[in-house]
Amino acid sequence: MEGAWVALALTLKVAGWATALNLIFGVGVGYAMARWRFPGRELADAVLTLPMVMPPTVLGYYMLVLIGTHGPIGAWLLQHFGIRLIFTWQAAVIAAAVVSFPLVFKSARAAFETVDPQLEDAARLLGIGEVGVFFRVSLPLAGRGVLAGLLLAFARALGEFGATLMVAGSIPGKTQTLSIAVYEAVQAGQDDTANFLVAVTSVTCIAVLLSAGRLAPGRVAPRA
Amino acid sequence: MIWQLDFAKRLQHGSSRFDLRVAFESGAQRLVLFGPSGAGKTQTLKVIAGLVRADSGHVRVAGRTLFSGSHGVDLSPQQRQLAYVFQDYALFPHLTVRQNIAFARRGGWINPPRRLRDEPAERWIETFRLQSVADHFPHQISGGQRQRTALARALMNNPSALLLDEPFAALDKGLRQRLREDLAGLQRELQIPMLLITHDDDDVRSLADQVVHLRAGQVVSGADAAQAAEAGSAAML
Repeated sequence: MEGAWVALALTLKVAGWATALNLIFGVGVGYAMARWRFPGRELADAVLTLPMVMPPTVLGYYMLVLIGTHGPIGAWLLQHFGIRLIFTWQAAVIAAAVVSFPLVFKSARAAFETVDPQLEDAARLLGIGEVGVFFRVSLPLAGRGVLAGLLLAFARALGEFGATLMVAGSIPGKTQTLSIAVYEAVQAGQDDTANFLVAVTSVTCIAVLLSAGRLAPGRVAPRA
Repeated sequence: MIWQLDFAKRLQHGSSRFDLRVAFESGAQRLVLFGPSGAGKTQTLKVIAGLVRADSGHVRVAGRTLFSGSHGVDLSPQQRQLAYVFQDYALFPHLTVRQNIAFARRGGWINPPRRLRDEPAERWIETFRLQSVADHFPHQISGGQRQRTALARALMNNPSALLLDEPFAALDKGLRQRLREDLAGLQRELQIPMLLITHDDDDVRSLADQVVHLRAGQVVSGADAAQAAEAGSAAML
């Protein structure tokens, strides 16, 4: 049972970091896509949404090719910083972040598109710089949609299996997250452990989804 | 000269295109830009404010060059120091009346806190008789109060001119005349150059020292304008 709590702690750590990465990249890219018109915007949108529809193992394979010790990024990291990313919990973070990215990006884009550009103009005319406009007008008005997306992404990251297994492996206490621990327990015939792990996972996911539902757009006080 | 405008702007919307070619000079403290909807009035105001970039020409207001194609001058909306009142006021729906008015009092990334009492902002709240609704959100107050909030917010930072986009269009007919008088009084008091755009004759009667007529993206001269107005009223009959 003790292993289960270690796995839960690791899973929360990995999902937390993955969500933090998406808070920056998912929200940033979502804002850019909502506000900038450029040729090929919808194509870019489709490519960025790919992780949602591609099998996680395929994504994991791509990542392995990129950040593996012989991959372009992996080799560069190893050579210049002596960092070996593969089969570490940081690799699990990257896998979870990539897989859950579209959930944040899509919600953020939709949320920013509902913000009236005239309100942003009004702030500019009042002398507020672009960063201020983002943090004082755009983000607060898109806030709930963005937050709901982040919570969904967190839930998705909690359950991530395929890509994580490919790039981070299944090292107990190091890279073995809940979903992988369940798989290993079932494979090894440890039914008690599996039952316990499954219960812990289910409760965690329901809690996250309930909070996401409370924040979803439409449940918000209406704007006049 | 307070208003010196001479610019061209081509607006493209899919396959349709609209050419805005505005040129006039005026020393009027209270200038009204008059024309039917679709004449390019709002776009002209946006060019002056820096929200839309002109293709060529120049824009000077109260002695400051805001845009000059030939000299490569193009001040950002932030640098232009103009007060701008949008047609539907564009109040920030997530902020109270007080926070809206104090918005420009703080630079940086954070909105003024709800509890903040900023001396100049409080004075404006009083001037515009908004004390009773200062802690309300924009959707909780009346149209007239919204307009006053928008005016107070825009005037907060000592702007060099006041631009108004159909400021009475969103209001009841009965309320309009009183608010026109309020605005005229405010302008007298502040002695701030004011440019108002409208398609309503009554606005012209109460608020114009001079009228510039705009039709299909072009300024039409006084005589043409009279003719156009006549043609317009004839068509109405």
